[in-house]
Amino acid sequence: MTDATLLDARGLKCPMPIIRAKKSMDALPPGAVLRVVSTDPGSVLDFQGWVKSGAAYELVGQEEGTDDQGRRTFIHLLRKKT
Amino acid sequence: MSIRAEVKGGRAPRPDLESEIDALKKAQAEHRVTLVVFSGELDRHLAALVIATGAAAMGMSVSIFYTFWGLSALKKARVFKGKTLKERMFAALTPKGLSRLPVSRMNFGGIGRGLLKKMMAERQVSSIEELFALAREMGVRFIACTMSMEVMGITTAELIDGVELGGVATYLGDAARSKVSLFI
Repeated sequence: MTDATLLDARGLKCPMPIIRAKKSMDALPPGAVLRVVSTDPGSVLDFQGWVKSGAAYELVGQEEGTDDQGRRTFIHLLRKKT
Repeated sequence: MSIRAEVKGGRAPRPDLESEIDALKKAQAEHRVTLVVFSGELDRHLAALVIATGAAAMGMSVSIFYTFWGLSALKKARVFKGKTLKERMFAALTPKGLSRLPVSRMNFGGIGRGLLKKMMAERQVSSIEELFALAREMGVRFIACTMSMEVMGITTAELIDGVELGGVATYLGDAARSKVSLFI
């Protein structure tokens, strides 16, 4: 797998994380992986829903973490389908 | 196009069945969202625009139909010239644009709206103006209902650029092909 493109969506509130993700995905080639880092707890279900509606992307994985400022982060790995 | 097929132990292709499949395909919902925005309050418009931009981010086609009080969001200016007394009253008593919409609860002459906007900014939630601009940028269609424009005396000169004009069939034509249709 190629390196994932990073999208820093920390601090963004609904609906901005998915909108930024869509914009980032538009600029990426098929097969590319996008790593979205969000601080919005709602983004976990949001990205699960985001991939349900279209067939264009898939959710490769989700994990939780903590950023350098001690904030709880939600990391979403998304792949643009070929 | 003619199709030749040899069928062993089965039935020959049935043209009526094929046309039925075609009709079913046409009747199937598209990847589309249609919203009717009837209300004229900031919070309700916020909900509509969050859904619209979210749907656009999911690759869905989005149309928003603005009717009655909802039309205030599409105004760029108030026009009094050439209007009847009743129409001028309506123009004076309805908000002159998206930024001037009241909130549905606790508006208190605009104090509530100011508070809500401040709280949204503090929490880094996109403003109504940002969401509207974003929706346009993402290809959301804005359609103004001509019948309610007529009733309320709203002219096309009062509306922002890029707004389409339509009626109930415009809405139904889109709504019938939509997976999601909401009245706000």
